[in-house]
Amino acid sequence: MNGNGKIAIETKNLDIFYSAFKAISNVSLQVEKQKITAIIGPSGCGKSTMLRAFNRMNDFVPGARAEGEILMHGKNIYAPDVDPVEVRRRIGMVFQKPNPFPKTIYDNIAWGARINGFKGNMDELVERSLKSAALWEEVKDKLKQSGLSLSGGQQQRLCIARAIAVQPEIILMDEPCSALDPIATLKIEELMQELKKDYTIVIVTHNMQQAARVSDYTAMMMLAEDGSRAGTVIEFDVTNTLFTRPKDKRTEDYVTGRFG
Amino acid sequence: MSAPTLTFTSDQALQVRNRIGSVWRIIFLLATCIGIISLLALLYNIVDRSFGLVAYEYKVDPATLADRPLDQLSKEELVAVLQANISKGAFGKLEKDKPMADRSYDDIYGLVFERVVGQKVVATWPLTDSLLRRSEIEAELTEDEPQAVLQFRSWLSADFVTRPMASQAEFAGVRTAILGSLWLITITITIALPIGVGAAVYLQEYASDNPINRLIQTNINNLAGVPSIVYGMLGLAIFVRAWEPLTSGALFGVTDSNGRTILAAGLTMALLILPLIIINAQEAIKAVPDSLRQAAYGLGATKWQTVWSHVLPNAIPGILTGSILAISRAIGETAPLIVVGASTFITVNPDGPFSKFTALPIQIYTWTSRPQDEFRNIAAAAILVLLIMLLSLNSIAIILRNRFTRRL
Repeated sequence: MNGNGKIAIETKNLDIFYSAFKAISNVSLQVEKQKITAIIGPSGCGKSTMLRAFNRMNDFVPGARAEGEILMHGKNIYAPDVDPVEVRRRIGMVFQKPNPFPKTIYDNIAWGARINGFKGNMDELVERSLKSAALWEEVKDKLKQSGLSLSGGQQQRLCIARAIAVQPEIILMDEPCSALDPIATLKIEELMQELKKDYTIVIVTHNMQQAARVSDYTAMMMLAEDGSRAGTVIEFDVTNTLFTRPKDKRTEDYVTGRFG
Repeated sequence: MSAPTLTFTSDQALQVRNRIGSVWRIIFLLATCIGIISLLALLYNIVDRSFGLVAYEYKVDPATLADRPLDQLSKEELVAVLQANISKGAFGKLEKDKPMADRSYDDIYGLVFERVVGQKVVATWPLTDSLLRRSEIEAELTEDEPQAVLQFRSWLSADFVTRPMASQAEFAGVRTAILGSLWLITITITIALPIGVGAAVYLQEYASDNPINRLIQTNINNLAGVPSIVYGMLGLAIFVRAWEPLTSGALFGVTDSNGRTILAAGLTMALLILPLIIINAQEAIKAVPDSLRQAAYGLGATKWQTVWSHVLPNAIPGILTGSILAISRAIGETAPLIVVGASTFITVNPDGPFSKFTALPIQIYTWTSRPQDEFRNIAAAAILVLLIMLLSLNSIAIILRNRFTRRL
């Protein structure tokens, strides 16, 4: 876990506030490169807030602010001279509900690259991205059809392909399978194993089996016990260790299903 | 112990509920019927006035003027008839206004009827009377005005649409008014739509939720309800008077006009429909799902890229619906036009934003206030023209809207 070369992004003493309300309290977390890091925990403990802090999506919530640091390549992404647009280009996101643009499948992929000034062969990029998202075979003959014509699972893979197309370093996934059936879920999980060869993935899930199946590291989040209603990471470890030999009693209760 | 009685619905209670439901259904049906009946009554009234019998009286019987009926004569023969039957001075004056050779056939035909034949409308009847009581009307007419000729006339005709304004109802047309209205609506939309959509984008996507912006929002909502005559006063003070160099075209080298131009009226109308467009565009932008914005931002799009590529394209159908309402409002407005000084008697086509103008509602307003019956007929015909124009402009907007909706 140590050694800066292996760390894709890390938080140091991160607090997140929504106006006066403290949503995340004192989180220090290191996300390793080309691994899948899962964030689990009961509802309302701030998993999504935590995830959205990584690519500054919380900036759109009025009154949201972050204290502490999130370091990427040793640079705080919340520093005043950092443009959140650049952060989001380098840290892609896949959302809970598949949200393809109401455009063609081709344009869904091409748009992100185009607005980021991509100058190369667009057809090639679209093909490569769709192949990386294991969607190419299913859609290669209907690239001009609307992205909304696909099934839910295909739409979610299209969203992943769209995120890949801008060549991010990290992909954040916010419960990417919660709107999908088990077969589509399985496909996404297999895809994640492929993707981690090239990308670092952080996934929020409320499905503990999923976290156990797919992730290398797991962060267990819970509301802090000081009564502040702020979420914090109570335990962070290699997934296997966290699920089999949790150090914290609360983690043990949660992963064994006694609570949550 | 018996189980607690759970009587949710006795048969009687259900009957009562159903009866209440039917009563409300009938009330809603009645409301709809009243609306439809009012609309039909309005249409009937207009159509009834636009067609019908007319009794003409002639000073000179047209059959005696030439060896053939007048409408078979050539232009040159008509000029000869005109020359032979009016005084030399009067003919010279006409020739001086516009040489006979330059005048159109219709123009000369009209002059012959006006100057030589002396056609005069004695009476007009609405469509229903004309169809149902024709014999009574004929009897009445032979008794009162034995000289008069009875004719069925469609006041709405190709001539009516293509002729300019004239002092006699039977020769008057709405060409100048149609062109005036079209110019007006074009200027209004080109000014109000970009400004309105721009303001809506700013208020919806950029403005933060602070007291100043809330105040602006409230005021825009209130402006939508301000009476149109107030906008007319504003237009008179600002566009006609204060901005006269601009609205009269003096800045662009136009010399022969004052501030009472199409441009001034268009600016006033733009101001009038601006709140409508802003509010509707805001609603349309609000309806674009937030997940699309999130997806775009998540890819590293700037705010502008997100708005331009996703928010606006998805809001266009809604924005167009709003502009349909705005166009309808602007095309039918009369009060502000009267205040900013639309002319009522214009015989030349408006040829640009700096010309004097009249508009259809102005024509209708002037004609309905004339005492002669026949002016009410042409007012009704002009209302039909206005309705047709309104519907065609709206259908363009609807077609555009459907095209944009299908593309998604």
